[in-house]
Amino acid sequence: MSKVVENAEILSNRSLSSEVSELILKSPEVAGQAEPGQFVMVKNEAGNTFLRRPFGVADVDGDKLTLIYRLAGKGTKELAELKAGSFLSVEGPLGHGFKLPVDSQAHICDEKGCGMRTVDAGLSLVIGGGVGIAPIIYTARKLAEAGKKPVVLLGTRNASEGFWTEYFKDFAEEIFVTTDDGSAGMKGFAIDAIPEIMKKHDIKHILVCGPTIMMEGIAKKAINDGIDCQVSLEKRMACGIGVCLGCTFEGKKSKKRWKICGDGPVFAAEEVFD
Amino acid sequence: MGKSIPMNMDRLKTDFAGIKMPTPVMGASGTFGFGVEYDDFIDLKQVGAIISKGITPLPRAGNPGVRIAETPAGMLNCIGLENPGIEKFLSDVLPKVKEKAPDTTFIVNFSAGSVEEFGMMAKKLDVDGVDAIEVNISCPNVKAEGLAFGTDPEVAAEVTREVKASTSKPVIVKLSPNVTDIVKIAKAVEEAGADALALINTLTGMVIDTRTWKPLLGNITGGMSGPALKPIAVRMVWQVAKAVKIPILGLGGISTAEDAVEFLLAGATAVAIGAENFVHPDAVVQVAAGIDKYLESRGLNHVSELIGKVEA
Repeated sequence: MSKVVENAEILSNRSLSSEVSELILKSPEVAGQAEPGQFVMVKNEAGNTFLRRPFGVADVDGDKLTLIYRLAGKGTKELAELKAGSFLSVEGPLGHGFKLPVDSQAHICDEKGCGMRTVDAGLSLVIGGGVGIAPIIYTARKLAEAGKKPVVLLGTRNASEGFWTEYFKDFAEEIFVTTDDGSAGMKGFAIDAIPEIMKKHDIKHILVCGPTIMMEGIAKKAINDGIDCQVSLEKRMACGIGVCLGCTFEGKKSKKRWKICGDGPVFAAEEVFD
Repeated sequence: MGKSIPMNMDRLKTDFAGIKMPTPVMGASGTFGFGVEYDDFIDLKQVGAIISKGITPLPRAGNPGVRIAETPAGMLNCIGLENPGIEKFLSDVLPKVKEKAPDTTFIVNFSAGSVEEFGMMAKKLDVDGVDAIEVNISCPNVKAEGLAFGTDPEVAAEVTREVKASTSKPVIVKLSPNVTDIVKIAKAVEEAGADALALINTLTGMVIDTRTWKPLLGNITGGMSGPALKPIAVRMVWQVAKAVKIPILGLGGISTAEDAVEFLLAGATAVAIGAENFVHPDAVVQVAAGIDKYLESRGLNHVSELIGKVEA
Protein backbone atom coordinates (compact mmCIF):
# COMPACT_ATOMS: atom_id res chain seq x y z
CA MET A 1 0.00 0.00 0.00
CA SER A 2 1.18 3.45 -0.80
CA LYS A 3 -0.23 6.70 0.53
CA VAL A 4 -1.13 9.21 -2.19
CA VAL A 5 -2.47 12.72 -2.58
CA GLU A 6 -5.20 12.72 -5.18
CA ASN A 7 -7.19 15.54 -6.74
CA ALA A 8 -10.64 14.02 -6.43
CA GLU A 9 -13.75 15.19 -8.28
CA ILE A 10 -16.90 15.61 -6.23
CA LEU A 11 -19.61 13.41 -7.77
CA SER A 12 -22.23 14.36 -5.20
CA ASN A 13 -22.44 16.31 -1.95
CA ARG A 14 -25.82 16.09 -0.26
CA SER A 15 -27.18 16.62 3.21
CA LEU A 16 -28.59 13.62 5.03
CA SER A 17 -29.92 15.70 7.91
CA SER A 18 -29.46 19.25 9.19
CA GLU A 19 -26.09 18.23 10.67
CA VAL A 20 -24.77 15.39 8.56
CA SER A 21 -23.77 15.34 4.89
CA GLU A 22 -22.54 12.74 2.45
CA LEU A 23 -19.77 13.31 -0.06
CA ILE A 24 -19.06 10.94 -2.94
CA LEU A 25 -15.71 11.48 -4.63
CA LYS A 26 -14.08 10.02 -7.68
CA SER A 27 -10.82 9.00 -6.09
CA PRO A 28 -9.52 5.88 -7.86
CA GLU A 29 -6.10 5.65 -6.21
CA VAL A 30 -7.39 6.06 -2.67
CA ALA A 31 -10.58 4.05 -3.18
CA GLY A 32 -8.58 1.28 -4.83
CA GLN A 33 -6.49 0.76 -1.72
CA ALA A 34 -8.71 1.77 1.20
CA GLU A 35 -9.56 -0.80 3.86
CA PRO A 36 -12.35 -0.60 6.44
CA GLY A 37 -11.43 1.64 9.36
CA GLN A 38 -8.79 3.60 7.45
CA PHE A 39 -9.16 7.34 6.99
CA VAL A 40 -8.26 10.17 4.62
CA MET A 41 -7.10 13.77 5.14
CA VAL A 42 -9.10 16.17 2.98
CA LYS A 43 -8.10 19.67 1.92
CA ASN A 44 -10.50 22.06 0.29
CA GLU A 45 -7.99 24.12 -1.68
CA ALA A 46 -10.63 26.78 -2.33
CA GLY A 47 -11.48 27.06 1.36
CA ASN A 48 -10.20 29.30 4.12
CA THR A 49 -8.93 26.76 6.63
CA PHE A 50 -5.25 25.86 6.83
CA LEU A 51 -5.15 22.22 7.85
CA ARG A 52 -6.57 19.12 6.24
CA ARG A 53 -9.53 17.42 7.92
CA PRO A 54 -9.54 13.72 8.82
CA PHE A 55 -12.53 11.62 7.73
CA GLY A 56 -13.04 7.89 8.10
CA VAL A 57 -13.64 6.01 4.86
CA ALA A 58 -17.43 5.48 4.94
CA ASP A 59 -17.69 3.34 1.84
CA VAL A 60 -15.94 2.36 -1.36
CA ASP A 61 -17.60 1.38 -4.61
CA GLY A 62 -15.11 0.86 -7.44
CA ASP A 63 -13.31 4.17 -7.84
CA LYS A 64 -15.89 6.02 -5.75
CA LEU A 65 -15.07 7.01 -2.21
CA THR A 66 -17.86 7.96 0.21
CA LEU A 67 -17.21 10.24 3.18
CA ILE A 68 -19.89 11.20 5.68
CA TYR A 69 -19.27 14.27 7.79
CA ARG A 70 -20.90 16.27 10.55
CA LEU A 71 -21.08 20.04 10.06
CA ALA A 72 -18.96 20.88 13.07
CA GLY A 73 -17.07 24.06 12.23
CA LYS A 74 -15.83 26.42 9.56
CA GLY A 75 -14.05 23.75 7.53
CA THR A 76 -16.98 21.35 7.24
CA LYS A 77 -19.39 24.23 6.55
CA GLU A 78 -17.23 25.30 3.60
CA LEU A 79 -17.12 21.67 2.51
CA ALA A 80 -20.92 21.45 2.53
CA GLU A 81 -21.13 24.34 0.06
CA LEU A 82 -19.08 22.56 -2.61
CA LYS A 83 -20.98 21.37 -5.66
CA ALA A 84 -20.58 18.30 -7.82
CA GLY A 85 -17.88 18.89 -10.41
CA SER A 86 -15.53 20.74 -8.06
CA PHE A 87 -12.45 19.09 -6.60
CA LEU A 88 -10.98 18.18 -3.23
CA SER A 89 -7.44 17.10 -2.40
CA VAL A 90 -7.63 13.68 -0.76
CA GLU A 91 -4.61 12.20 1.04
CA GLY A 92 -4.79 8.54 1.89
CA PRO A 93 -5.54 5.87 2.62
CA LEU A 94 -4.09 6.45 6.07
CA GLY A 95 -3.61 4.37 9.19
CA HIS A 96 -4.52 0.80 10.00
CA GLY A 97 -8.18 -0.21 9.99
CA PHE A 98 -10.19 -3.04 11.51
CA LYS A 99 -8.88 -6.60 11.41
CA LEU A 100 -11.94 -8.23 9.91
CA PRO A 101 -13.01 -11.42 11.71
CA VAL A 102 -13.47 -13.60 8.63
CA ASP A 103 -13.21 -17.37 8.24
CA SER A 104 -9.76 -18.78 7.64
CA GLN A 105 -8.27 -22.04 6.39
CA ALA A 106 -6.09 -24.09 8.68
CA HIS A 107 -4.52 -27.53 8.66
CA ILE A 108 -6.35 -29.38 11.42
CA CYS A 109 -6.36 -32.97 12.67
CA ASP A 110 -9.69 -34.15 14.10
CA GLU A 111 -11.97 -37.21 14.13
CA LYS A 112 -12.25 -36.99 10.30
CA GLY A 113 -8.50 -37.16 9.96
CA CYS A 114 -6.03 -34.42 9.00
CA GLY A 115 -6.60 -31.79 6.34
CA MET A 116 -7.40 -28.19 5.49
CA ARG A 117 -10.56 -27.05 7.29
CA THR A 118 -12.48 -23.81 7.39
CA VAL A 119 -12.18 -22.16 10.79
CA ASP A 120 -15.34 -20.21 11.58
CA ALA A 121 -14.45 -16.73 12.86
CA GLY A 122 -17.85 -16.39 14.52
CA LEU A 123 -20.32 -13.54 14.42
CA SER A 124 -19.26 -9.89 14.67
CA LEU A 125 -21.18 -7.02 16.18
CA VAL A 126 -20.25 -3.70 14.56
CA ILE A 127 -21.24 -0.63 16.53
CA GLY A 128 -21.22 2.99 15.46
CA GLY A 129 -22.10 6.09 17.43
CA GLY A 130 -22.92 9.47 15.88
CA VAL A 131 -20.78 10.26 12.86
CA GLY A 132 -18.62 7.34 13.99
CA ILE A 133 -21.21 5.22 12.20
CA ALA A 134 -19.60 6.22 8.89
CA PRO A 135 -16.55 3.88 8.94
CA ILE A 136 -18.78 1.05 10.17
CA ILE A 137 -20.62 1.02 6.81
CA TYR A 138 -17.57 -0.05 4.81
CA THR A 139 -16.64 -2.47 7.60
CA ALA A 140 -20.07 -4.12 7.43
CA ARG A 141 -19.89 -4.23 3.62
CA LYS A 142 -16.52 -6.00 3.65
CA LEU A 143 -17.66 -8.48 6.30
CA ALA A 144 -20.81 -9.23 4.28
CA GLU A 145 -18.73 -9.70 1.10
CA ALA A 146 -16.62 -12.25 3.00
CA GLY A 147 -19.79 -14.14 3.94
CA LYS A 148 -19.80 -12.86 7.52
CA LYS A 149 -22.78 -10.46 7.65
CA PRO A 150 -22.43 -8.74 11.03
CA VAL A 151 -25.02 -7.67 13.55
CA VAL A 152 -25.14 -3.86 13.43
CA LEU A 153 -25.84 -1.53 16.34
CA LEU A 154 -26.29 2.19 15.69
CA GLY A 155 -26.26 4.69 18.53
CA THR A 156 -28.05 7.86 17.44
CA ARG A 157 -29.60 10.91 19.06
CA ASN A 158 -33.10 10.80 17.61
CA ALA A 159 -35.29 9.69 14.70
CA SER A 160 -33.87 12.42 12.43
CA GLU A 161 -30.74 10.26 12.14
CA GLY A 162 -32.74 7.37 10.72
CA PHE A 163 -30.91 7.76 7.40
CA TRP A 164 -28.00 5.69 8.73
CA THR A 165 -30.01 2.45 8.74
CA GLU A 166 -30.41 2.56 4.95
CA TYR A 167 -26.66 2.14 4.42
CA PHE A 168 -26.58 -1.21 6.21
CA LYS A 169 -29.62 -2.97 4.80
CA ASP A 170 -27.64 -5.26 2.45
CA PHE A 171 -24.74 -5.88 4.82
CA ALA A 172 -26.34 -6.73 8.16
CA GLU A 173 -27.59 -9.91 9.78
CA GLU A 174 -29.82 -7.68 11.90
CA ILE A 175 -29.82 -3.95 12.64
CA PHE A 176 -30.42 -2.50 16.10
CA VAL A 177 -30.88 1.22 16.69
CA THR A 178 -30.86 3.22 19.89
CA THR A 179 -31.88 6.87 20.26
CA ASP A 180 -31.17 9.11 23.23
CA ASP A 181 -34.82 10.23 23.33
CA GLY A 182 -36.54 7.01 22.33
CA SER A 183 -37.96 8.57 19.13
CA ALA A 184 -36.77 5.53 17.17
CA GLY A 185 -35.55 2.06 18.08
CA MET A 186 -34.66 1.47 21.69
CA LYS A 187 -34.44 4.43 24.09
CA GLY A 188 -30.98 4.79 25.59
CA PHE A 189 -27.33 4.54 24.61
CA ALA A 190 -25.79 1.91 22.35
CA ILE A 191 -24.40 -0.01 25.31
CA ASP A 192 -27.93 -0.46 26.73
CA ALA A 193 -28.86 -2.59 23.71
CA ILE A 194 -25.96 -4.99 24.05
CA PRO A 195 -27.51 -7.43 26.60
CA GLU A 196 -30.51 -7.97 24.30
CA ILE A 197 -28.24 -8.47 21.28
CA MET A 198 -26.06 -10.92 23.19
CA LYS A 199 -29.11 -12.92 24.22
CA LYS A 200 -30.24 -13.22 20.62
CA HIS A 201 -26.88 -13.65 18.88
CA ASP A 202 -23.68 -15.50 19.68
CA ILE A 203 -21.33 -12.52 19.34
CA LYS A 204 -17.61 -13.35 19.15
CA HIS A 205 -16.20 -9.97 18.09
CA ILE A 206 -17.07 -6.33 18.61
CA LEU A 207 -15.85 -3.58 16.26
CA VAL A 208 -16.75 -0.09 17.42
CA CYS A 209 -16.33 3.53 16.33
CA GLY A 210 -17.93 6.43 18.17
CA PRO A 211 -17.51 8.94 20.98
CA THR A 212 -14.84 7.96 23.53
CA ILE A 213 -17.34 7.65 26.37
CA MET A 214 -19.44 5.22 24.34
CA MET A 215 -16.43 3.15 23.28
CA GLU A 216 -15.12 3.05 26.82
CA GLY A 217 -18.31 1.54 28.18
CA ILE A 218 -18.56 -1.02 25.39
CA ALA A 219 -14.85 -1.89 25.50
CA LYS A 220 -14.91 -2.45 29.25
CA LYS A 221 -17.95 -4.68 28.94
CA ALA A 222 -16.29 -6.65 26.11
CA ILE A 223 -13.04 -7.04 28.08
CA ASN A 224 -15.06 -8.16 31.09
CA ASP A 225 -17.06 -10.68 29.04
CA GLY A 226 -13.94 -11.95 27.28
CA ILE A 227 -15.13 -10.83 23.83
CA ASP A 228 -12.56 -9.73 21.26
CA CYS A 229 -13.03 -5.97 20.78
CA GLN A 230 -11.48 -3.39 18.46
CA VAL A 231 -12.01 0.35 18.93
CA SER A 232 -11.41 3.18 16.45
CA LEU A 233 -9.99 6.33 18.03
CA GLU A 234 -10.03 9.99 17.07
CA LYS A 235 -7.93 12.92 18.25
CA ARG A 236 -6.96 16.29 16.80
CA MET A 237 -4.19 15.79 14.29
CA ALA A 238 -2.42 18.05 11.83
CA CYS A 239 -0.75 15.62 9.43
CA GLY A 240 -2.33 12.15 9.55
CA ILE A 241 0.99 10.49 8.70
CA GLY A 242 2.78 10.21 12.04
CA VAL A 243 4.76 13.42 11.94
CA CYS A 244 3.04 16.13 13.98
CA LEU A 245 2.56 13.91 17.08
CA GLY A 246 -0.72 15.65 17.89
CA CYS A 247 -2.54 12.34 18.34
CA THR A 248 -0.25 10.10 20.40
CA PHE A 249 -1.17 8.16 23.55
CA GLU A 250 0.37 5.53 25.78
CA GLY A 251 -0.92 1.99 25.33
CA LYS A 252 -2.53 0.69 28.54
CA LYS A 253 -1.16 -2.83 28.10
CA SER A 254 2.05 -2.40 26.09
CA LYS A 255 3.07 0.96 27.64
CA LYS A 256 4.21 1.86 24.12
CA ARG A 257 3.57 5.30 22.68
CA TRP A 258 1.15 4.93 19.77
CA LYS A 259 0.18 7.37 17.03
CA ILE A 260 -3.56 7.22 16.40
CA CYS A 261 -2.98 8.24 12.77
CA GLY A 262 -0.25 5.77 11.89
CA ASP A 263 -0.52 2.86 14.33
CA GLY A 264 -4.32 3.16 14.53
CA PRO A 265 -6.91 4.58 14.38
CA VAL A 266 -8.07 1.04 15.25
CA PHE A 267 -6.62 -0.59 18.36
CA ALA A 268 -7.39 -3.62 20.50
CA ALA A 269 -9.72 -2.49 23.30
CA GLU A 270 -7.26 -3.61 26.01
CA GLU A 271 -4.65 -1.22 24.65
CA VAL A 272 -6.93 1.79 25.14
CA PHE A 273 -9.19 1.04 28.10
CA ASP A 274 -8.74 -0.98 31.26
CA MET B 1 8.87 5.96 -3.07
CA GLY B 2 7.16 9.06 -4.42
CA LYS B 3 7.81 10.36 -7.93
CA SER B 4 10.69 12.73 -8.49
CA ILE B 5 9.93 16.12 -9.99
CA PRO B 6 12.07 17.53 -12.80
CA MET B 7 14.29 20.41 -11.65
CA ASN B 8 17.70 21.74 -12.52
CA MET B 9 19.94 20.68 -9.65
CA ASP B 10 22.85 22.78 -10.99
CA ARG B 11 20.84 25.90 -10.20
CA LEU B 12 19.74 24.67 -6.80
CA LYS B 13 22.65 22.81 -5.19
CA THR B 14 23.61 24.58 -2.04
CA ASP B 15 26.48 24.65 0.42
CA PHE B 16 25.05 25.76 3.74
CA ALA B 17 27.80 26.26 6.34
CA GLY B 18 29.70 23.37 4.80
CA ILE B 19 26.60 21.19 4.62
CA LYS B 20 26.18 19.98 1.03
CA MET B 21 22.59 19.83 -0.20
CA PRO B 22 20.95 19.19 -3.61
CA THR B 23 18.49 22.05 -3.04
CA PRO B 24 18.26 24.88 -0.50
CA VAL B 25 14.90 23.58 0.82
CA MET B 26 14.83 21.51 4.00
CA GLY B 27 12.08 19.91 6.08
CA ALA B 28 11.85 21.80 9.38
CA SER B 29 12.22 20.13 12.75
CA GLY B 30 8.98 18.85 14.25
CA THR B 31 7.12 18.94 10.93
CA PHE B 32 9.14 16.45 8.95
CA GLY B 33 9.42 13.52 11.38
CA PHE B 34 12.66 11.78 10.52
CA GLY B 35 12.05 12.35 6.80
CA VAL B 36 11.25 8.74 5.99
CA GLU B 37 7.56 9.29 6.83
CA TYR B 38 7.36 11.24 3.56
CA ASP B 39 8.79 8.46 1.41
CA ASP B 40 5.41 7.64 -0.20
CA PHE B 41 4.92 11.21 -1.36
CA ILE B 42 8.31 12.43 -2.55
CA ASP B 43 11.71 11.31 -3.76
CA LEU B 44 13.78 11.87 -0.63
CA LYS B 45 16.85 12.47 -2.82
CA GLN B 46 15.26 15.78 -3.82
CA VAL B 47 15.04 16.99 -0.23
CA GLY B 48 17.71 19.57 0.62
CA ALA B 49 18.00 18.19 4.11
CA ILE B 50 15.88 16.39 6.68
CA ILE B 51 15.91 18.19 10.04
CA SER B 52 14.82 15.68 12.64
CA LYS B 53 12.15 15.98 15.30
CA GLY B 54 13.78 17.47 18.41
CA ILE B 55 15.72 14.92 20.44
CA THR B 56 16.25 15.24 24.20
CA PRO B 57 18.58 13.43 26.65
CA LEU B 58 15.74 11.23 27.98
CA PRO B 59 12.57 9.94 26.24
CA ARG B 60 9.67 12.37 26.55
CA ALA B 61 5.94 11.53 26.37
CA GLY B 62 5.05 15.15 25.65
CA ASN B 63 2.12 17.15 26.97
CA PRO B 64 -1.28 15.77 27.99
CA GLY B 65 -4.57 17.00 26.52
CA VAL B 66 -5.22 18.76 23.24
CA ARG B 67 -1.98 19.41 21.35
CA ILE B 68 -3.13 21.01 18.10
CA ALA B 69 -5.31 24.03 17.40
CA GLU B 70 -5.99 25.56 14.02
CA THR B 71 -5.75 29.35 13.77
CA PRO B 72 -6.36 31.81 10.94
CA ALA B 73 -3.68 30.94 8.37
CA GLY B 74 -1.81 28.70 10.76
CA MET B 75 -1.84 26.51 13.80
CA LEU B 76 -0.67 26.19 17.38
CA ASN B 77 0.97 23.12 18.82
CA CYS B 78 2.03 22.08 22.28
CA ILE B 79 3.40 18.62 21.56
CA GLY B 80 5.94 19.02 24.35
CA LEU B 81 8.96 17.57 22.55
CA GLU B 82 7.66 14.01 22.48
CA ASN B 83 10.61 11.90 21.30
CA PRO B 84 12.32 8.58 21.98
CA GLY B 85 15.38 10.15 23.67
CA ILE B 86 18.96 10.24 22.40
CA GLU B 87 19.88 6.59 23.16
CA LYS B 88 16.93 5.09 21.29
CA PHE B 89 17.36 7.67 18.54
CA LEU B 90 20.94 6.52 17.96
CA SER B 91 20.23 2.78 18.24
CA ASP B 92 16.86 2.54 16.43
CA VAL B 93 15.93 5.68 14.50
CA LEU B 94 19.21 6.75 12.89
CA PRO B 95 19.93 3.35 11.26
CA LYS B 96 16.40 3.31 9.79
CA VAL B 97 16.81 6.82 8.38
CA LYS B 98 20.17 5.94 6.82
CA GLU B 99 18.68 2.78 5.30
CA LYS B 100 15.71 4.53 3.69
CA ALA B 101 17.32 7.87 2.86
CA PRO B 102 21.06 7.13 2.64
CA ASP B 103 21.74 10.02 0.27
CA THR B 104 19.72 12.73 2.00
CA THR B 105 21.49 15.22 4.22
CA PHE B 106 20.39 14.54 7.78
CA ILE B 107 20.45 17.25 10.43
CA VAL B 108 19.54 16.39 14.01
CA ASN B 109 17.67 18.94 16.10
CA PHE B 110 18.08 18.61 19.86
CA SER B 111 17.54 20.37 23.14
CA ALA B 112 18.54 19.83 26.75
CA GLY B 113 17.90 21.08 30.25
CA SER B 114 21.30 22.56 31.07
CA VAL B 115 24.42 23.89 29.35
CA GLU B 116 26.36 20.71 30.25
CA GLU B 117 23.58 18.53 28.87
CA PHE B 118 23.70 20.43 25.57
CA GLY B 119 27.41 19.54 25.36
CA MET B 120 26.72 15.90 26.21
CA MET B 121 24.05 15.72 23.48
CA ALA B 122 26.38 17.29 20.88
CA LYS B 123 29.07 14.73 21.75
CA LYS B 124 26.65 11.81 21.40
CA LEU B 125 25.46 13.13 18.04
CA ASP B 126 29.01 13.44 16.69
CA VAL B 127 28.59 10.18 14.75
CA ASP B 128 28.46 8.94 11.14
CA GLY B 129 25.11 9.53 9.47
CA VAL B 130 24.58 12.90 11.14
CA ASP B 131 25.62 15.69 8.76
CA ALA B 132 25.01 18.62 11.10
CA ILE B 133 23.25 19.47 14.33
CA GLU B 134 20.60 22.09 15.04
CA VAL B 135 20.47 23.41 18.58
CA ASN B 136 17.01 24.29 19.91
CA ILE B 137 17.56 27.00 22.50
CA SER B 138 13.86 27.81 22.81
CA CYS B 139 13.41 25.18 25.51
CA PRO B 140 13.34 26.03 29.21
CA ASN B 141 16.56 26.13 31.26
CA VAL B 142 15.83 23.97 34.27
CA LYS B 143 18.51 25.76 36.30
CA ALA B 144 17.21 29.25 35.51
CA GLU B 145 13.64 28.72 36.68
CA GLY B 146 12.55 27.51 33.27
CA LEU B 147 13.50 30.66 31.39
CA ALA B 148 14.34 29.69 27.81
CA PHE B 149 18.07 29.53 26.97
CA GLY B 150 17.35 31.49 23.82
CA THR B 151 16.02 34.60 25.55
CA ASP B 152 19.33 35.67 27.12
CA PRO B 153 22.30 36.50 24.82
CA GLU B 154 24.88 35.37 27.42
CA VAL B 155 23.18 32.02 28.07
CA ALA B 156 22.57 31.45 24.36
CA ALA B 157 26.28 32.09 23.75
CA GLU B 158 27.27 29.77 26.58
CA VAL B 159 25.19 26.92 25.11
CA THR B 160 26.70 27.58 21.67
CA ARG B 161 30.30 27.49 22.99
CA GLU B 162 29.63 24.24 24.88
CA VAL B 163 28.09 22.59 21.81
CA LYS B 164 30.87 23.80 19.48
CA ALA B 165 33.50 22.41 21.85
CA SER B 166 31.75 19.03 21.89
CA THR B 167 31.35 18.26 18.18
CA SER B 168 33.09 18.14 14.82
CA LYS B 169 29.80 18.75 12.95
CA PRO B 170 28.53 22.07 11.65
CA VAL B 171 26.42 23.70 14.37
CA ILE B 172 23.19 25.52 13.50
CA VAL B 173 21.61 27.45 16.36
CA LYS B 174 17.83 27.87 16.04
CA LEU B 175 16.63 31.18 17.44
CA SER B 176 13.39 31.94 19.22
CA PRO B 177 11.31 34.92 18.02
CA ASN B 178 9.91 35.35 21.54
CA VAL B 179 12.54 37.95 22.44
CA THR B 180 12.82 41.72 22.49
CA ASP B 181 15.81 41.91 20.15
CA ILE B 182 16.63 38.86 18.06
CA VAL B 183 19.66 40.61 16.52
CA LYS B 184 21.37 40.76 19.91
CA ILE B 185 20.92 37.01 20.43
CA ALA B 186 22.05 36.28 16.85
CA LYS B 187 25.27 38.27 17.30
CA ALA B 188 26.03 36.63 20.64
CA VAL B 189 25.56 33.18 19.14
CA GLU B 190 27.72 34.06 16.12
CA GLU B 191 30.50 35.34 18.36
CA ALA B 192 30.29 32.11 20.39
CA GLY B 193 31.20 30.16 17.27
CA ALA B 194 27.94 29.01 15.67
CA ASP B 195 28.39 27.94 12.04
CA ALA B 196 24.89 29.02 11.07
CA LEU B 197 21.61 30.36 12.41
CA ALA B 198 18.07 29.08 11.88
CA LEU B 199 15.20 31.49 12.35
CA ILE B 200 12.50 31.61 13.38
CA ASN B 201 11.15 29.02 15.79
CA THR B 202 7.42 29.21 16.66
CA LEU B 203 5.81 32.28 18.24
CA THR B 204 4.10 31.64 21.55
CA GLY B 205 0.32 31.89 21.27
CA MET B 206 -2.92 30.93 22.96
CA VAL B 207 -6.48 30.03 22.00
CA ILE B 208 -9.44 30.20 24.40
CA ASP B 209 -12.57 28.11 23.95
CA THR B 210 -15.44 30.59 24.37
CA ARG B 211 -17.91 27.81 25.21
CA THR B 212 -15.94 26.50 28.17
CA TRP B 213 -13.85 29.62 29.03
CA LYS B 214 -10.85 27.33 29.11
CA PRO B 215 -7.68 27.36 27.01
CA LEU B 216 -8.07 25.04 24.05
CA LEU B 217 -4.58 23.58 24.38
CA GLY B 218 -3.68 21.14 27.11
CA ASN B 219 -0.54 23.13 27.83
CA ILE B 220 -2.49 26.46 27.84
CA THR B 221 -0.03 28.08 25.40
CA GLY B 222 1.58 26.68 22.28
CA GLY B 223 3.92 27.47 19.42
CA MET B 224 2.37 29.18 16.44
CA SER B 225 3.34 28.25 12.91
CA GLY B 226 1.97 28.51 9.40
CA PRO B 227 1.52 31.26 6.79
CA ALA B 228 0.42 33.88 9.35
CA LEU B 229 4.00 33.89 10.67
CA LYS B 230 5.76 34.65 7.43
CA PRO B 231 6.06 38.48 7.46
CA ILE B 232 7.47 38.37 10.99
CA ALA B 233 9.98 35.70 10.04
CA VAL B 234 11.04 37.55 6.87
CA ARG B 235 11.55 40.74 8.89
CA MET B 236 13.67 38.93 11.46
CA VAL B 237 15.79 37.19 8.81
CA TRP B 238 16.37 40.55 7.13
CA GLN B 239 17.38 42.23 10.40
CA VAL B 240 19.71 39.41 11.44
CA ALA B 241 21.25 38.99 7.96
CA LYS B 242 22.44 42.61 8.08
CA ALA B 243 24.11 42.02 11.44
CA VAL B 244 25.89 38.65 11.05
CA LYS B 245 28.28 37.02 8.58
CA ILE B 246 27.31 33.36 9.13
CA PRO B 247 24.66 31.80 6.86
CA ILE B 248 20.98 31.83 7.82
CA LEU B 249 18.37 29.10 7.43
CA GLY B 250 15.12 30.99 7.03
CA LEU B 251 11.81 29.50 8.05
CA GLY B 252 8.39 30.47 9.33
CA GLY B 253 5.22 30.16 7.26
CA ILE B 254 6.69 29.13 3.91
CA SER B 255 4.08 27.48 1.65
CA THR B 256 5.22 28.37 -1.85
CA ALA B 257 8.35 29.03 -3.88
CA GLU B 258 7.55 32.77 -3.81
CA ASP B 259 7.52 32.64 -0.01
CA ALA B 260 10.93 30.93 -0.08
CA VAL B 261 12.30 33.53 -2.49
CA GLU B 262 11.28 36.26 -0.04
CA PHE B 263 13.43 34.63 2.65
CA LEU B 264 16.37 34.30 0.25
CA LEU B 265 16.06 37.94 -0.81
CA ALA B 266 15.92 38.93 2.86
CA GLY B 267 19.27 37.22 3.39
CA ALA B 268 18.71 33.52 4.03
CA THR B 269 21.07 31.06 2.31
CA ALA B 270 18.61 28.19 2.67
CA VAL B 271 15.01 27.73 3.79
CA ALA B 272 12.93 25.15 5.61
CA ILE B 273 9.28 24.19 5.24
CA GLY B 274 7.36 23.73 8.48
CA ALA B 275 3.61 23.38 9.03
CA GLU B 276 2.98 23.32 5.26
CA ASN B 277 4.35 19.76 5.24
CA PHE B 278 1.24 18.72 7.20
CA VAL B 279 -1.02 20.09 4.48
CA HIS B 280 0.98 19.23 1.37
CA PRO B 281 3.36 16.37 2.07
CA ASP B 282 5.30 17.11 -1.13
CA ALA B 283 5.86 20.78 -0.19
CA VAL B 284 9.64 20.55 0.34
CA VAL B 285 10.15 19.25 -3.19
CA GLN B 286 7.47 21.43 -4.82
CA VAL B 287 8.98 24.58 -3.33
CA ALA B 288 12.45 23.59 -4.62
CA ALA B 289 11.03 22.97 -8.11
CA GLY B 290 9.22 26.31 -7.92
CA ILE B 291 12.42 28.14 -6.97
CA ASP B 292 14.10 26.54 -9.98
CA LYS B 293 11.32 27.81 -12.26
CA TYR B 294 11.59 31.26 -10.69
CA LEU B 295 15.34 31.35 -11.32
CA GLU B 296 14.82 30.32 -14.92
CA SER B 297 12.15 32.97 -15.46
CA ARG B 298 14.51 35.58 -14.03
CA GLY B 299 17.44 34.39 -16.12
CA LEU B 300 19.49 33.51 -13.06
CA ASN B 301 22.06 30.72 -13.03
CA HIS B 302 22.10 29.87 -9.36
CA VAL B 303 19.90 30.27 -6.30
CA SER B 304 22.74 31.99 -4.44
CA GLU B 305 22.23 34.99 -6.72
CA LEU B 306 19.10 35.80 -4.69
CA ILE B 307 20.66 35.85 -1.24
CA GLY B 308 20.24 39.19 0.49
CA LYS B 309 19.33 41.00 -2.73
CA VAL B 310 16.32 42.83 -1.32
CA GLU B 311 16.62 46.49 -2.24
CA ALA B 312 15.83 47.97 1.13
